[in-house]
Amino acid sequence: MSDDKILEIRNLKIDGKSGDDWLPILKGIDLDLNRGEVLGVIGESGAGKSTIGLAAMGYTRGGCRISGGTVNFDGTDLVQASETYRRKLRGKRIAYVAQSAAASFNPAHRLIDQYSEAPIQHGVMASAEAQSDATDLYRRLQLPNPDEIGFRYPHQVSGGQLQRAMTAMAMSCRPDLIIFDEPTTALDVTTQIEVLSAIRDAVEQFGTAAMYITHDLAVVAQMADRIQVFKLGETVEEAETRKMLSQPEEDYTKSLWAVRSFKATAKPKPPVDEVPVVELKNVDAAYGTTQVLFDVNFKIHKGRTVAVVGESGSGKSTAARVITGLLPPSTGEILFNGETLPADYRKRNKDQLRQAQMIYQMADTALNPKQRIGDIIGRPVGFYLGLSGKQQRERVRELLDLIELEPDIYMHRFPGELSGGQKQRIGIARALAADPQFIICDEVTSALDQLVAEGILRLLDKLQIDLGLAYMFITHDLATVRAIADEVVVMQYGKVVEQGPKVEMFRPPHHPYTDLLLSSVPEMDPDWLTDLLAARERGDAVDPDDADAAAK
Amino acid sequence: MTDNTVKPADPTALSADAQAPRVEQESRWTTAMRAFRTAPLTAWFGMIVILLYILVAIFAPALAPFGEREIVADAFEIPDDTYLLGTDQLGRDMLSRMIYAARNTVGIALITTILSFLLGSFLGMMAAVMGGWTDNILSRIVDVLMSIPQLIFALLLLTIVGANVVNMILVIALLDSTRVYRLMRAVGMNIVVMDYVEAAKLRGEGLVWLIRKEILPNAMAPLIAEFGLRFCFVFLTIAALSFLGLGIQPPTADWGTMVRDNAQLITFGEIIPLYPAAAIALLTVAVNFVVDWMLHRSSGLKE
Amino acid sequence: MHPIAKMALQRLALGVFTLFVVSIIIAGAVEFLPGDLAQEILGQSATPEAVAAFRAEVGLDKPPVERYFSWLGGVAQGDFGVSLATKRPISDLIAARLGNTLFLAGFAALIAVPLAVTLGMLAALYRNSWFDRLVNVSTLSSISFPEFFVAYVLILFLSVGYGFDARWVLAVLGLLLLVEGGGAVKSALKDSGRFSFIGAIVGVLGLALVVNAVFSWWTYQVEPVQAFPSISNISPNTPFGERVYRSFLPALTLTLVVTAHMMRMTRASIINLMASPYIEMARLKGMSPGRIIFKHALPNALAPIINVIAINLAYLITGVVVVEVVFVYPGLGQLLVDSVSKRDITVVQGCCLIFAATYILLNLTADILAIATNPRLLHPK
Repeated sequence: MSDDKILEIRNLKIDGKSGDDWLPILKGIDLDLNRGEVLGVIGESGAGKSTIGLAAMGYTRGGCRISGGTVNFDGTDLVQASETYRRKLRGKRIAYVAQSAAASFNPAHRLIDQYSEAPIQHGVMASAEAQSDATDLYRRLQLPNPDEIGFRYPHQVSGGQLQRAMTAMAMSCRPDLIIFDEPTTALDVTTQIEVLSAIRDAVEQFGTAAMYITHDLAVVAQMADRIQVFKLGETVEEAETRKMLSQPEEDYTKSLWAVRSFKATAKPKPPVDEVPVVELKNVDAAYGTTQVLFDVNFKIHKGRTVAVVGESGSGKSTAARVITGLLPPSTGEILFNGETLPADYRKRNKDQLRQAQMIYQMADTALNPKQRIGDIIGRPVGFYLGLSGKQQRERVRELLDLIELEPDIYMHRFPGELSGGQKQRIGIARALAADPQFIICDEVTSALDQLVAEGILRLLDKLQIDLGLAYMFITHDLATVRAIADEVVVMQYGKVVEQGPKVEMFRPPHHPYTDLLLSSVPEMDPDWLTDLLAARERGDAVDPDDADAAAK
Repeated sequence: MTDNTVKPADPTALSADAQAPRVEQESRWTTAMRAFRTAPLTAWFGMIVILLYILVAIFAPALAPFGEREIVADAFEIPDDTYLLGTDQLGRDMLSRMIYAARNTVGIALITTILSFLLGSFLGMMAAVMGGWTDNILSRIVDVLMSIPQLIFALLLLTIVGANVVNMILVIALLDSTRVYRLMRAVGMNIVVMDYVEAAKLRGEGLVWLIRKEILPNAMAPLIAEFGLRFCFVFLTIAALSFLGLGIQPPTADWGTMVRDNAQLITFGEIIPLYPAAAIALLTVAVNFVVDWMLHRSSGLKE
Repeated sequence: MHPIAKMALQRLALGVFTLFVVSIIIAGAVEFLPGDLAQEILGQSATPEAVAAFRAEVGLDKPPVERYFSWLGGVAQGDFGVSLATKRPISDLIAARLGNTLFLAGFAALIAVPLAVTLGMLAALYRNSWFDRLVNVSTLSSISFPEFFVAYVLILFLSVGYGFDARWVLAVLGLLLLVEGGGAVKSALKDSGRFSFIGAIVGVLGLALVVNAVFSWWTYQVEPVQAFPSISNISPNTPFGERVYRSFLPALTLTLVVTAHMMRMTRASIINLMASPYIEMARLKGMSPGRIIFKHALPNALAPIINVIAINLAYLITGVVVVEVVFVYPGLGQLLVDSVSKRDITVVQGCCLIFAATYILLNLTADILAIATNPRLLHPK
């Protein structure tokens, strides 16, 4: 092992217990990391990313075992080393940053005490020294009020700040290696930027080696010097970041990279005098006494897709609940083909219910696990269209054909026997079974791996052209908006801040919030984060404070 | 924290949601058989014991050497070849009464549990589905009923309505249904918020469809386990009441009463009063072992 | 106001309100009787004069609301009325017995709580070990036993007849160790190909115990001991030491029943806690196992453990009734059961109110303690 190498994993195999059997999670992987280098570990769900990260610390979760290979950290094989040796290494020379900072901080202790715990226990610093060091690091990571934020408890601090505090905690002993396990996945895009830049600065300043685990290609492009792609517990490909982005070799990698290239078929503008399928007029809505929608107006025309964009808490899902009648608006009305819909879904007739259908984000909870696919799709067919027996079965077969699943194989299955993408297709078929004019797609692709998500988008686009459907597409992901929207509605704090055709929306000038949202979406360009931060510094790009000021 | 659970390999990852079948189709029978094969020793023990009790209860008249209420000898005869377990305080054959009691005690406990389940799960389901006022009123009533210890409350009610079998069944069923209500409501609430229930509501489905097709099938697993636990609890409560002389009344053969009637023998170092007590203990242990296994299985074997 | 004080006060108000509603139920239960209580209790042969006298005595001739408030007023001053059967003031009947019952329950709780919490935590920390499985099987069995079964087994072994032969315990323990040790060796070989020395040692130890017990039965007989009385004769002037000795068996019975429940629940809540991400984080920071337990787990475990203790002390209330009857212990439970058989309704009401109030008070205390130890509430935003 050469001197600059800090971590060398060879032929590492890890199994996980499933019932009485051991199934392989990692099937013999190799991984190298030099001092001060940042390695991006990327893969879709089931690739074994987190397992690799933890294994680098000589740690396996309960129900997992290392069945072969070596994890050589700075000259010592952690697989063979004693638990005491490994324990003394963890936190001191290898540190870990978890995905959910809110759950990973102990609710019973102050941030600063959790910061100083590792340095004190590992004998690196005394208490007072650790505390002043904490304040110093909080300042470097651009946390607000660095002198006093440490004296707060975790639940008193926001998500993005907690994530930075956790990065500071990982740095407390100035480790040689930090494992970042999807540290920004749970954050909104605008918050993500701040955390990413803080992490990058900190790693650069101390020359720490890092393993950055994520499923997001654009994020890893900003952070990593080198990228290693994993699939189902095996390495697919490994290269320098720029080389990997420009000329990936393996088909799997190329397919990952190609995801964002999908563009839905462009549709002609609707005639000016056309009555929209759905129209929201001056809608206010409230949960109890808290108002969550303020004077929301937008229209959705036949055969077109309106993307409703915003971060968590923007009111985009509430708008969908208002349209479906689950949350009657306090004022304002919903028009369907020019006619006012009853506010409460219980007051709507069968035909009104049939015309507007919904596809859900989590396909797992959207399908009744105890019903067969044939029954799930067959019920709306029977319920709305009155078909039964053979006719119903025929219709179900047509629908399964439409969503590109083989009827003979899937008719009699239960949802549990399908993959995530297949389940989402069944959700689409169930909506189509009602023969609707309008479908609400609530974050339908955000729980799926990118390739599968692209397949769903393609299918939705094809169905729209064939059947003339109107879509309301709720999403927080601007790449999805670019791919599928005809029109865009941007929401923030329950208000529509900007709306218009997509082509105009992606062209300045914008409302400051739209600008912030657009500029915060990571791009595949490795220089994107650097350029953006520089632009914000110069005042060429909006930063969060400007957007917030504009909203108020 | 996405890959900490062990998932079957997903072949759809590369071929953009390929259509290849992912899980071998497996009939429920094979699944059940495999579950039985991997069942731990305790669960096997439990299932065999429960089966034995059922057989004894069904074939009691054929198995018992003497009649349930037949006085065959002097009081407190020591066990011999004719009276394998001796005789009781009135000279009835102990073994025969033990066998008949399997019918009476288990039967009464079963009826009580079923009643309590019908009442509790119906109301719990209503509270979960209707929400709002229905839920509020029912839940407050249950809160108050549960704030008096169950046995104490049962004793109070039995004083007023008088201690006999029918009253006891009704009182315990009513008091125990509060626990079933709590569980059913909690399970129901978890299912009601699922998107597939929302989809059914938005489709315009009625209450009956929602309950019968969407909620109940998904609530069965916890309900069955709970049935076992509630049966144990009811069974023990009835045994305790009978032991206190306030439950099943003589001359009906019943284990709780038999312990009470023969209790004085224990001071002479005789083991006889322990037989009916052990019969109670053995059945509850068996049911608990089986329920424990079922709960462990349904919790998804996450270790 | 501090949110903790506010929540605690709200909880207290709810507790008082519940107690009030419960008192209405206990007093008003008589009203729900179909037909006439006096006739029902005195029997069909009672003369109309006797029935009228009875009605006047219980106060059935007054309107229910007035009757309730005069009863409640009395209770508030410690006057529960007069027993229908003995005509003695109920307060006199209850006073001595309440003390005895509290002594018995307190005695049992004093052994059960520390024992159960310690063992439950150990079982959780050494999850899936032979110790954990032993705990699981034995507690599952013991919560399935009726209280009187446990009581009579104890009487049989510790009081009369057989006497206590420790070799039984050793033999059973040995057998379990043998099975578990063997199992550990086998699964270690199968899973990682390593030989488990600890498993082997446990197995050999178990074998030794079994062989020793069998050999000892072969060679000599132990004289039966009659260690403790099977009837707990206690009077107000029994000295403390004697009191402890005489109530040992009922207390032990209660302890066994309650400990099993408490252990299982403690184990479950600790396992739940140890699975949280912040405990994994502490491990990944290289903290020692002791520090993880005492510094990271314990501060968050207080609320669930307090809850477990309160719930199980409430079990004691039910258990105490049966146990007092078995051991003829002069407590409140015994009085309650006697009065129920005699349908002495006024005494039953008094006893029920005391039991219910204790139960509500326990739950209230637990809730308030749980609120007070919740870090999120201790340090509001």
